[in-house]
Amino acid sequence: MGMTISQKILAAHAGKDFIEPGELLNCKLDVVLGNDVTAPVAISEFDKLNLTKVYDQESIVLVPDHFTPNKDIKSAEQCKVVREFAKKYGITNYFEIGQMGIEHCLLPEKGLVGPGDLIIGADSHTCTYGALGAFATGVGSTDMAAAMATGEAWFKVPESIKFIYYGKTPRWVGGKDFILHAIGDIGVDGARYMSMEFTGEAISSLSMDNRFSMANMAIEAGGKNGIIAADEITLAYIKDRVRRPYKVYQSDEDAVYARTIEYDVSLMEPVVAFPHLPENTRPVSDAGNVLIDQVVIGSCTNGRIEDLEAAASILKGHKVHPEIRVIILPGTQAIYLEALHRGFVETFIEAGAVVSTPTCGPCLGGHMGILAKGEKALATTNRNFVGRMGHPESEVYLCNPAVAAASAIKGRITPPWEV
Amino acid sequence: MKFTGKVYKFGSNIDTDAIIPARYLNTFDPKELARHCMEDADAEFPNKVKTGDMIVADKNFGCGSSREHAPIAIKAAGVSCVIAHSFARIFYRNAINIGLPILESPEAADAIQEGDEVEVELENGMIRNLRTDEVYQATPFPDFMQGIMAQGGLINYVKEKNND
Repeated sequence: MGMTISQKILAAHAGKDFIEPGELLNCKLDVVLGNDVTAPVAISEFDKLNLTKVYDQESIVLVPDHFTPNKDIKSAEQCKVVREFAKKYGITNYFEIGQMGIEHCLLPEKGLVGPGDLIIGADSHTCTYGALGAFATGVGSTDMAAAMATGEAWFKVPESIKFIYYGKTPRWVGGKDFILHAIGDIGVDGARYMSMEFTGEAISSLSMDNRFSMANMAIEAGGKNGIIAADEITLAYIKDRVRRPYKVYQSDEDAVYARTIEYDVSLMEPVVAFPHLPENTRPVSDAGNVLIDQVVIGSCTNGRIEDLEAAASILKGHKVHPEIRVIILPGTQAIYLEALHRGFVETFIEAGAVVSTPTCGPCLGGHMGILAKGEKALATTNRNFVGRMGHPESEVYLCNPAVAAASAIKGRITPPWEV
Repeated sequence: MKFTGKVYKFGSNIDTDAIIPARYLNTFDPKELARHCMEDADAEFPNKVKTGDMIVADKNFGCGSSREHAPIAIKAAGVSCVIAHSFARIFYRNAINIGLPILESPEAADAIQEGDEVEVELENGMIRNLRTDEVYQATPFPDFMQGIMAQGGLINYVKEKNND
């Protein structure tokens, strides 16, 4: 009996040749991540252990990205805790304002995560790095604290669901639509505790930015991780970034899956998830007449350069609808700079959008675009739970960047081909 | 560990934004978090919940973010135990790590009603509805996980073990 790519990575980090779903393993970690919301809790727990050092100064990554630039005094205090911890323990991968970005855009860009890695992060969207062929999963702050002390964490080996995407990808359809389609199909707990493995010809031809969007949202189906085996596209992406050894794993032909689900992408169109769960999906042409107050383009799901390129290609020469606020958040400083060089920022500002410094801000209702009672936002983010972007009686609709940009012009949820 | 408490009932997919909205995550002071516990699912919950009360919910309780503030808020609000049809993975792990007792029982989650008095024995996973006298059996946790919950969380457990 063979193993899936997820089994192989966990086995390698537990020093075993073969493992089966359900086994409990203690594994060595390659990267431990935290942010300004989760790291302060982890640091407070770490302090209780009375240790003088962390297990490895280079493998811990701290990114203040949620409420930064500091939105209020309490947030500033939390960031200060993280900053002082990084200094005290000599954490090399601490990213200050000016260097930072949204963590899940930043770590791959900086080459801190690579194929075959085992990564935990005190942030549920840590699963993003599965796009590189790594096993990456979100944990809480206490697990992060223990991992900072030991460099290890325990795992229950997950079963896997294999998703095969075949056919030719239509225009305006991308990774965001592939994953929303799957979440709509299996539900927000359809992959609970499980690994989601994405394969097929449509994945093989998918760019890295689109793959990150896909793996990012595995958690929205309850998944433990989402993973795409590394290929030429992955290796080209990491070539000048990852500076330590990595390993490319493939699932065995006879690996065992709990389920296999196939989608013909040639039949897909952009997907919109209606309030208040990511599983409430509809094809954009079935969205009906949904008037919106705000559009957000960015986040760890869709804040990368191709996302901004898609939005700019639609907004160019157009004006944002006069009753809409459009907020665009490049994921990192490097993405921001490239968007500037390529004229996207100019396009956005001329259209009447605002361009923000990188932050998670509005995605989780933190700052930089909070909704009032009764308001509706269309966002390229990942969650549309009750109150996610502000008032408990506001609404969030999720979509890809092209749909968001087209809708920003029309003032209602609009397919890109109507602009 | 044995608890008795009054039940507050919630539906499926209660996410961590409903348990503790991100607008309050600029602190991790348990008392402050408790003041907003479950606020976006039931705005009155923080005012009416009393020490020892229980939460009973349907499927996928605690889905969404990895914020440990969610089980911390529930524990600090005085909730003695959360019983659900099923839990989201990260919440499940976090609840154990911070010492919030939880039990998974589809039967109990279906049958128990808002306002029922319920008795829970964590060691054997026994859940008794004192209104109907029905008993539901949840799978008990292995000893080491019960130890973590009894010590009030993973860090205390590790420290306690180191002192032994």
